[in-house]
Amino acid sequence: MELIGQGVVQALRLLASGDAEVWQITWLSLGISATATLLSLVVGIPLGTAVALTRFPGRGLAVSLINTGMGLPPVVVGLFVTIVLWRNGLLGMLELLYTPAAMVLAQLVIAAPIVTGLTLAAIQQVPEKFRLQLLALGASRAQMVWTLLKEARLPMLAAVMAGFGAVISEVGASLMVGGNIKGSTRVLTTATVLETSKGNFDTAIALSLILLLLMFLVNWALTWIQQGRRA
Amino acid sequence: MRTLLTLIALFALAGPAWAQSSTVILSTTTSTQDSGLLDVLVPMFEKKTGLTVKTISVGTGQALALAARGEADVTLAHAPSVERKYVEEGKLLNRRLVMYNDFVIIGPPEDPAKIKGLPKALDAMKRIAERRSRFVSRGDKSGTHTLELGLWKQAGVEPNGPWYIESGQGMGQTLGIANDRRAYTLTDRATWLAFQKRVSLPILVEKDKPLLNIYSVMEVNPANGPRVNTAGGKAFAEFILAPETQAVIRTFGMDKFGQPLFVPIAGRTDADFQ
Repeated sequence: MELIGQGVVQALRLLASGDAEVWQITWLSLGISATATLLSLVVGIPLGTAVALTRFPGRGLAVSLINTGMGLPPVVVGLFVTIVLWRNGLLGMLELLYTPAAMVLAQLVIAAPIVTGLTLAAIQQVPEKFRLQLLALGASRAQMVWTLLKEARLPMLAAVMAGFGAVISEVGASLMVGGNIKGSTRVLTTATVLETSKGNFDTAIALSLILLLLMFLVNWALTWIQQGRRA
Repeated sequence: MRTLLTLIALFALAGPAWAQSSTVILSTTTSTQDSGLLDVLVPMFEKKTGLTVKTISVGTGQALALAARGEADVTLAHAPSVERKYVEEGKLLNRRLVMYNDFVIIGPPEDPAKIKGLPKALDAMKRIAERRSRFVSRGDKSGTHTLELGLWKQAGVEPNGPWYIESGQGMGQTLGIANDRRAYTLTDRATWLAFQKRVSLPILVEKDKPLLNIYSVMEVNPANGPRVNTAGGKAFAEFILAPETQAVIRTFGMDKFGQPLFVPIAGRTDADFQ
């Protein structure tokens, strides 16, 4: 317990003193995970909407695959992305391994199924009658989809939060594809692992608390957008 | 998929800093990183040469395997027997000794296997196995694990059974487990010193020749894969063996632990430590 107290003090000290390395790590974590989440929206929303609104053979299988993807183990994603990005690998010529871009890619793979799956569920929970009504009132297909997305915006923001929460907190993939390089690919989670293995438990706790605070602030902002107009 | 590839291409274009010739990938062991030594040496090297080092700190087994696949340009490891195998296969080139520190056997103060003060590490290992006293192994193919397995082999012991616990984790976590289970374990001195505050297991056996922990630097054969930065790897190897770097290694750790953590040995050979 005393250790956690020390960690809290250390966290406050690091933040207040404007410790350059801690701030850099914090911004990098936010930047990588926010980019990955935004990209996952670009992939996940159209895909989830398409699967929700169309009927095709093998759709059940597709939905099951998406739902499985929502729980993809980060360490498995990390391993496969690493192998693809190796110099000997499929995309080796891009020289992306051990860069923030590689971490964005791995986090995108983790977040995209989550956003897809939750979008799918969000769109499907809008009653089918509503869709038919829109079409009957003369809405084009694009207008209908747009209205549905607006209707489903609350659960969709939940999808954003779930996607962001998954990637900012994962460590396995970031460690493998990023390499935890000081000043370049070290983020809050991987720095926490490193400080723990060094025996610097107070710093590790401080970094954990900073991560929790960051997650809270981001979710607070998203919740404000989600609930704002109603509150 | 096309969107994805376009994005990846964009990232690649946006990152001229990753051009291979200016980046050196160093695969190394966790101990060099956890001790803080590389945090001192890498910036020195970068300042001197203008190259950027990407340090990939993993267990020695993985560090060597990555280098052998051409996924790194230079490697700093501490598992001489495994290193020599890669050198014989021609995967790694120009193995040269850099420094050493030492391993110690630690355990609970009540010392159930009665190994305290034994001059020979092998005798200590034999007694631990005979008494079936709990022993925590790294179990991760790290340099420490490789050395531990070598000791068991020389002691003629096949370690298994409920007394033999494989943590599968780094040295720090393994020390924590040993402390918790009141077990014996083999650790490098630097990590043990770093964990003084959390681990109450004293050193029971030390300063025996087989407990020397020798670090070597090896360059990567460019034939191992595409895009190996041979010149960069060579530059790092030359740097770490240079007299000024060796002087920094000689005093590293004095401020924090009151004793140096490594002894520099550039220019010596394996024969000097047999």
